[in-house]
Amino acid sequence: MKRLYRQANERIDRSKEIEFSWQGAHYNGYAGDTLASALLANGVKLVGRSFKYGRQRGIMAAGVEEPNALVILEPDTGYHVPNARATEVEIYPELVAKAASGIPSLNEDLRAWLKPFHRFMGAGFYYKTFMSPASLWPKYEEQLRKLAGFATAPSQPDAETYDHYNQQVDVAVVGGGAAGLAAALAAANAGASVLLIDERSQLGGELVVDMGRDPAALEWFKQTRAALEAHPQVKILVRTTAYALHDFNLLLALERRQDHLTIGARNPKQSRQRLHRIRANKVILATGSHERPLMFANNDLPGVMLASAVSRYQHEYSVLCGSKPVVVGNNDSIYDVARDLVKAGTRPTVVDCRLGYDASDLTKIGVIVKQGYTIVKAEGRDQVEQALIAKTAYNETHGWVVGNATETLTCDLIACSGGFSPLVHLDCHTGSKPWFSREYQAFLPACDKADRYVAGSVNGHSDWQGAAAEGEYVGLLAAGQAANPAAAPKLLKVADFICPDLGRDKVFLDMQNDVKASDIELAILENYRSIEHIKRYTALGFGTDQGKTGNVNGIAVAAKVMNLPIEEVGTTTFRPMYTPVTMGVLAGSEVGIHSDAQRFTPMQASHLAKGAEFEVVGQWMRPWYFPQGSEDMHQAVARECLAVRNSLGIMDASTLGKIDIQGPDAREFLARVYTNNWAKLAPGKCRYGLMCDENGMIIDDGVTACISDTHFLMTTTTGGAARIYTHLETWLQTEWPDLNVYLTSVTDHWSTTGVVGPKARRLMEKLCKDVDFSAANFPFMDWREATVCGIPARIMRISFSGELSYEINVQANYGRFLWDSVMEAGKEFNITPYGTETMHVLRAEKGYVIVGQDTDGSITPYDANMAWAVALNKPYPFLGQRALTRSDTARAGRKQLVGLLTDDPNKVLNEGCQLVAETGSKAMIGHVTSSYFSPVLGRSIALAVVKGGLDLIGTKIYAKPLSYEVIPVTIADSVFYDQGKEKMDGEV
Amino acid sequence: MFLIHCPYCGELRDEQEYRCAGEAFIQRPGLDCTDEQWGDYVFNRTNPKGRVVEQWAHSAGCRKLFVVERNNVTNEIYAVRTFESYKEQA
Amino acid sequence: MKYSWLEVFKAGLSGQKQWPAAWPEVSPKAAYDVIIVGGGGHGLATAYYLARDFPGTRVAVLEKGWIGGGNTGRNTTIVRSNYLWDEATNLYEHSMKLWEGLSNDLNFNVMFSQRGVYNLGHTLQDMRDIERRVNANMLNGVDAEIVSVAELKERIPILETGKHVRYPVMGASCQPRGGVARHDAVAWGFARAAAKQGVDIIQNCEVQAMDIEGGRMKGLQTSRGYIKADRVGCVTAGHSSVLAGMAGFRLPVTSHPLQAFVSEPMKPVLHTVVMSNAVHGYVSQSDKGDLVIGAGLDPYSGYSQRGSPHIIDHCASAIIELFPIFSRVRLNRQWGGIVDVCPDACPIISPIPQVQGLYFNCGWGTGGFKATPGSGNVFAHTIGQDKPHPLAAPFHINRFVTGALIDEHGAAAVAH
Repeated sequence: MKRLYRQANERIDRSKEIEFSWQGAHYNGYAGDTLASALLANGVKLVGRSFKYGRQRGIMAAGVEEPNALVILEPDTGYHVPNARATEVEIYPELVAKAASGIPSLNEDLRAWLKPFHRFMGAGFYYKTFMSPASLWPKYEEQLRKLAGFATAPSQPDAETYDHYNQQVDVAVVGGGAAGLAAALAAANAGASVLLIDERSQLGGELVVDMGRDPAALEWFKQTRAALEAHPQVKILVRTTAYALHDFNLLLALERRQDHLTIGARNPKQSRQRLHRIRANKVILATGSHERPLMFANNDLPGVMLASAVSRYQHEYSVLCGSKPVVVGNNDSIYDVARDLVKAGTRPTVVDCRLGYDASDLTKIGVIVKQGYTIVKAEGRDQVEQALIAKTAYNETHGWVVGNATETLTCDLIACSGGFSPLVHLDCHTGSKPWFSREYQAFLPACDKADRYVAGSVNGHSDWQGAAAEGEYVGLLAAGQAANPAAAPKLLKVADFICPDLGRDKVFLDMQNDVKASDIELAILENYRSIEHIKRYTALGFGTDQGKTGNVNGIAVAAKVMNLPIEEVGTTTFRPMYTPVTMGVLAGSEVGIHSDAQRFTPMQASHLAKGAEFEVVGQWMRPWYFPQGSEDMHQAVARECLAVRNSLGIMDASTLGKIDIQGPDAREFLARVYTNNWAKLAPGKCRYGLMCDENGMIIDDGVTACISDTHFLMTTTTGGAARIYTHLETWLQTEWPDLNVYLTSVTDHWSTTGVVGPKARRLMEKLCKDVDFSAANFPFMDWREATVCGIPARIMRISFSGELSYEINVQANYGRFLWDSVMEAGKEFNITPYGTETMHVLRAEKGYVIVGQDTDGSITPYDANMAWAVALNKPYPFLGQRALTRSDTARAGRKQLVGLLTDDPNKVLNEGCQLVAETGSKAMIGHVTSSYFSPVLGRSIALAVVKGGLDLIGTKIYAKPLSYEVIPVTIADSVFYDQGKEKMDGEV
Repeated sequence: MFLIHCPYCGELRDEQEYRCAGEAFIQRPGLDCTDEQWGDYVFNRTNPKGRVVEQWAHSAGCRKLFVVERNNVTNEIYAVRTFESYKEQA
Repeated sequence: MKYSWLEVFKAGLSGQKQWPAAWPEVSPKAAYDVIIVGGGGHGLATAYYLARDFPGTRVAVLEKGWIGGGNTGRNTTIVRSNYLWDEATNLYEHSMKLWEGLSNDLNFNVMFSQRGVYNLGHTLQDMRDIERRVNANMLNGVDAEIVSVAELKERIPILETGKHVRYPVMGASCQPRGGVARHDAVAWGFARAAAKQGVDIIQNCEVQAMDIEGGRMKGLQTSRGYIKADRVGCVTAGHSSVLAGMAGFRLPVTSHPLQAFVSEPMKPVLHTVVMSNAVHGYVSQSDKGDLVIGAGLDPYSGYSQRGSPHIIDHCASAIIELFPIFSRVRLNRQWGGIVDVCPDACPIISPIPQVQGLYFNCGWGTGGFKATPGSGNVFAHTIGQDKPHPLAAPFHINRFVTGALIDEHGAAAVAH
């Protein structure tokens, strides 16, 4: 173990040793370690293989910006996590992890064997090859796909659950470093409710490194944290990543609640991860910055690390990343890293491209400081063994000019710093563009949206005191208090980018996607000059790290190649997610059966007891059919149909949409929204209505009852209820505010039991004594107020089957009682519950349409052969009336609804089957919309829409189903059963 | 993502409670209009970029429709008003 | 230069230094015969076919940003032609046939991958619609089949086909020739091929006004000066209404945000494209290994290129319902495009009656990518001959006057 003696602020618990598995071998770490720190402590250098060239890769960073160390956790179990970064994984006892890359294995990658071919694999080479012969592309692609991806996908269903949590706060602070801590405390002290969010397991952010160096920082942190933890107005979320910031300050954050626990210790009743939807009046972004690597040949060798990461591993985990370090960079921060390494007992060599930094404290103790030099190449077989450095010179026109390598430094670690990239991501999610600071050589947040503040190193602060001061200032502002502006950021002076010589050597920008500096040059050579084109042509920033370490270097290279200022090259767009987000947490608890609401009628328990099979209709679960014994659907439906036709059926019609319409202008309103007349419908009567949109096409139908002159009850189709309610409200409130009408959706308030069949009257007479059910006194399309089984009810004599039928509407909570009572009373008539399938057969036998099945948004009332329901001379034309006279809508030969009879009465057409005029023809003249075997007719029947069909009754046409077996059919009237309406009054 | 202040409920509520009901103040022609005029009314929309005047409904709340003036590029909301307030203005 | 193995080999030896520009950077000339506004896939394809099939025509493509930067670079790249109505099927199938030879035609590998597209059915009505559509496809000469649940399970083992989900899968339609393509490559390939035919591709050139005199197109005022042309084709997707506004008329389209997202790359486990309109999600796995997932439209209008998060949440829920093993997969990036939606979910490919010499190609809604070559091809002929290509004729803007809509929403309504 390369573990140091206890560092001032180490965050590992040496009393808790943890054993975990990596690549099948067992290792030990301490509680508080990340997988990355534990692997480094164990001297593990090789953690991954690169995407294109299969190159060996080691840990480079200490945070979410890590491009290389992608791992699989708990492979092939229900806890499998693909592509986690070792730097963000907290180790726990019995953790099983393995590298996510390596084909076939981490140690032997066949892509690395293809090294002689790498020179032919420039950016986008695949666009120029694999084309001919065309027939071979699928074969090429199959091979390419074998190389795709990093981790394997999970193979098991998720063993854990997720949830969502909504909260509202005055001030949300993202980032628990110096700026965030100070901001949160200041805002809370000023009276605001505060939510402080940090992605790591403990607060501290970049301050952790300062705490290791500066006792004052450690003291300030301890006091501030204690104050925050004790503050009643402050809520702290750690292990929580704010990954998106939307308009109106909707902040989305992912909390990892159990990922750090041993699987056996996780609480199965608790969610694994939680999505916080945070509505914040003000948002403070104290998100910090990420260091950039330097660009030099072989800068991807294991052992090349970000300088700040080396310090972080030392201070936070007491891990020394190398015993012979070279620290190299273009800014002052490298000297602090060198001092850390000295304290850890090593003798680093410092290489600074600039001149003039006073490093006498280091040189005094024998540290070699090479100013005016930079690194040009790293060498080593499996890891860094030496660094080649060269002299630098700067001039205003060409930037840095780097000479040939003059010196070789033996080393096992290259800690490099190419400057810092502020984490402007969240600020940019709502469309803000970052601006480029020459002095800091970085893109800084615009922060130009209302109710938003930035503080700390995201804003360019290089010292923790300055960051904290700015944090305090914006904290007060966010809480609505006046405050003295904080000092301008003490920007770290970062020297210009040292762009590499674009020769043959591999200089990596995007480690994960193997994008090299020369790839950028190639893209520009081929005129892919927009940074978006460069990104897409080279795959720069396409990785799981979204280019956190590589993008800005890539932009710098592009700027140099095109000889443009960096700000003119610009950045690509920063979009959510800041770091990857588990798909499951987005879904939350809305998975499986809960992925959408399920609606049941009050009679559901009775349906289940009767063994109903269910059909999904919108959100409703409707009984489909009620099989008895071993019956299949067809047998059950045949039995149900005959029972209704011959005796008595019972049907749950509660799902139909119901809209209560009241007001002096209710009748006029109906006349406008329905195609037919409503002027004379008297109280106690019902009428069928047809509804069109302004395009003249049928959108809904249903029966409306006149309760009184100013009160109507409309029914809609089950699936159309919400849509039609919305449609009606919209017309009422926008076009016709002068109509005095009020709509109330009462779908759920009423339950409807349909009693259907020749014996319906006899049953009703048993159940209801206060109504005269004789055909003369309670005719078809009337309704009555009544008491059924002691319950107040509205009974409507309407029919969707052609049989005598009463629909009993009672308050929904009586629904099941009524249903069960009717079932009991109907036993003597062999009362038979039936579902939607039988309903469909019965209505098709009568030629009644189902909107949405027999119509499809292209059918007018005339097309549906329902001219009888169109009244063209109402004082106010109905919705869609004008559309019916347009040239195409009024033309002859449109598809019209007709009946079809197959020549072979036993042949049941498939619904949806297309129709042709001649056996050999492929020109479609219509299609089958409904098709059933009619038990009462003993033959198949179908409804169809056919071009000019109403003029073709009796004509033979052909159904051409998928099988290409041509089925002769004859166009017929769409009423197949009881054309004389003799059954309507049932048994007298 | 929006927060919209319902002028009837008097509260700032999440977008998910509302339904966008398209451009506001579309003039409906009478039966005597030409096919062109009818087609223009039913289908054509100004669909401007920038400031839009739309109808929104508080569908999971009071179910009232009202007018939202907003910027459809920046998602900024300028004003939320009842239809009546436009009448008074006119 | 013709791209080939040989050139790739030579470039490898020479350090990748000899590649020419895929398309040259040019400044606008004073006048063109035809200007195509919009450098997306459709616009570039239009320019390519115009230059190829009408030799001698001077053509320019004006793009306000970078080519392929609109919906071309933001979509989920699904290609299929299994539409319901004859008019739509014929147009998309024309496109499909062009896709099948496109890489060689353009000498640019657009990675058209015919891995099959499945449209799942979850209700009885879905299954009726599938039967109707597949039957129509077969009669129209488009490959299509109905796939049973058992067969689906065999072909896509990771698909959840059990009954204990909210909307169990009842079957699917499949178009084996459907698939995906590399979207950026389509834009670049058309740009390169068009430039080779002499088309000027002008980026960072925004149209600011249209010069129309006496109902005739004269030229365009742009951010890079006035350019004369008496024929202008607008192919600007989400921004079509803005261009129409400049010409003084309105279009039957509304712009909406449409969101999509990708996961981290994984070893391929999903080898086909799966779409489900009922649960609002579609997914495929790219050759890089990431899951490419598309959501439903955001319901409000807008040009913000970002949508609301609950749409994404809902889509994630749908994808997990179909593929439970994806629950622990991590999503990497989400984005939004601006799609122009027509009332009948079919495009407008049409001369504009109000202005002689002005043509619009728009209204593709959520599904324009698949039509890229076909759309460009028929639009080029519509402009080149100043009369609608037979396949484009049904998509004339006049259908919103006559009522002859091509209602691809089909039986969207769920009733009874």
